[in-house]
Amino acid sequence: MNRELIFDVMLMLGLVLVPIWAHFADEPFIITLATRAAIFAIAGVGLNLALGQGGLVSLGHATFFGLGGYAMGILASHAQSYTAITDWPVLIEGTKSMPIIWLVAVLVSGFAALLIGALSLRTTGVYFIMITLAFGQMFYYFAVSWSAYGGDDGLSIYIRNDFPGLNTLDPIQFFLIVFTCLLGVLGFASMLIRSPFGLSLNAARQSPERVETVGINPYHLRLTVFVISGMITGLAGALFADLNRFISPSMFSWQTSGEIMVFIILGGVARRSGPIVGAVVFIALEHFLGGLSDYWHIYLGALLLLIVLFARGGIIGLLLGQGRVHD
Amino acid sequence: MSLLTMTHVASWYGSTQALFDVSLSLNAGEVVALMGRNGMGKSTTIKTICKMLPVGAGDIVLDGHKLNSLPSFKVARLGVGLVPEGRRCFPNLTVEENLSAASRAGEWNFVTVAKLFPRLEERRRQMANTLSGGEQQMLAIGRALMTNPRILILDEATEGLAPLVRQEIWSALHTLKETSNLSLLVVDKSLKELKGVADTAVILERGSTVWSGGIDTLDDQTVKQYLGV
Repeated sequence: MNRELIFDVMLMLGLVLVPIWAHFADEPFIITLATRAAIFAIAGVGLNLALGQGGLVSLGHATFFGLGGYAMGILASHAQSYTAITDWPVLIEGTKSMPIIWLVAVLVSGFAALLIGALSLRTTGVYFIMITLAFGQMFYYFAVSWSAYGGDDGLSIYIRNDFPGLNTLDPIQFFLIVFTCLLGVLGFASMLIRSPFGLSLNAARQSPERVETVGINPYHLRLTVFVISGMITGLAGALFADLNRFISPSMFSWQTSGEIMVFIILGGVARRSGPIVGAVVFIALEHFLGGLSDYWHIYLGALLLLIVLFARGGIIGLLLGQGRVHD
Repeated sequence: MSLLTMTHVASWYGSTQALFDVSLSLNAGEVVALMGRNGMGKSTTIKTICKMLPVGAGDIVLDGHKLNSLPSFKVARLGVGLVPEGRRCFPNLTVEENLSAASRAGEWNFVTVAKLFPRLEERRRQMANTLSGGEQQMLAIGRALMTNPRILILDEATEGLAPLVRQEIWSALHTLKETSNLSLLVVDKSLKELKGVADTAVILERGSTVWSGGIDTLDDQTVKQYLGV
């Protein structure tokens, strides 16, 4: 086993053992913190595919996070009020079933990523950043004005959705669902990175022209990874909405996109468990520093500055040394 | 029948015309040497065939498919493999990953490439940016072969390499010629080696074809006039 794999295993063990300890110590708040970290880590793993492997600096991933959240919110709110979402041309009703909600969240986010990616990936660099940001803001203001689902105030969901065979109201059981999703997403991302598709994507990030000369269309590669990335982030959004039992336009905000990116930069861009480390550190800082000052982001900003200036490989880079050189 | 035909092709870098009237043809299994002094349009011709530059005038036809309006990746998929000048492997990938990233179904795979260049097998898990120049060149050729092309284009494949390594590359080209039906379009400065491997030659002068024919018929006067050797 190489050092990075050992580190990843230890990290995942830590992430699962702390909430289990908290469960027996009757500290449900710590379980909630760990669940938040795991959900943010899922979103980070999604963005890390696009950013770390594809070199796509997207400031619009909150769009998919928000869409996943609203997919959950809309389906669950109609399930709790026993009203149909629509009865024409076909009857569509709400649901409390997590697997169905996840599927809808992933499909909606993926479809949105396909449309947004198809347009924005025709640009590069700062224009790509701006277009993805613009899409995010469009969805944000749409959610603000969508009064049927709470508008600016957001929408509370009074039920916790169901997962077959589990009591999702029990924090530790909900955590284990999220943790299993994180493991699945992480395994899928690792497999994708090592596949010929992932290698081509990595090569396209380094030199799109050279990739074309071996018969690969870099645009298709990037669009595919953008869609996959959006789908994973959408799943995280659905889980986040379920955790809080609340959705609001802030899920679409550019600050959310920025935070997902911060997880990756903190942990290490293109490192397998970079987003997990980043999300855990972010949540820990939010919890501990947030208790000391309302302006805890100042410390986060300082930490980010230090990492960007002195540790380009993020926290994992500091601990394990540079991985593959990442431009 | 000709596999690749360029007919009166012109090409531009932006507003600057680089090719004026290039014509050449390449048959299946044939090795063509593309020659000319520095700056006469050899690399530009290759970039135009691979559609890294647009065709401004004339036609490029590959086995009945007109390449003029196709993007670069589609030309590669039709069977044009490029070994670019300066090697340009993917530095952040290992040898094996460089080859896998380019892989398409066909007779060329990691095993057959490693048979041609045993050093790539030895360096299998090594990052491309840690290879020597010669090894990177072998990798660049291997990567192009992994696309299972019908035509392999080599742009200055032996430039800047140690004599022994250069010999290995030439030896590999001889092997390719003898054991496969691959067509080769080779740009190189070594007239002696080109004469050893090529069937025909095309000479470019200021972006135009000025001579073509069997490489054995290339006389000293032509060589002196167009190649300055």
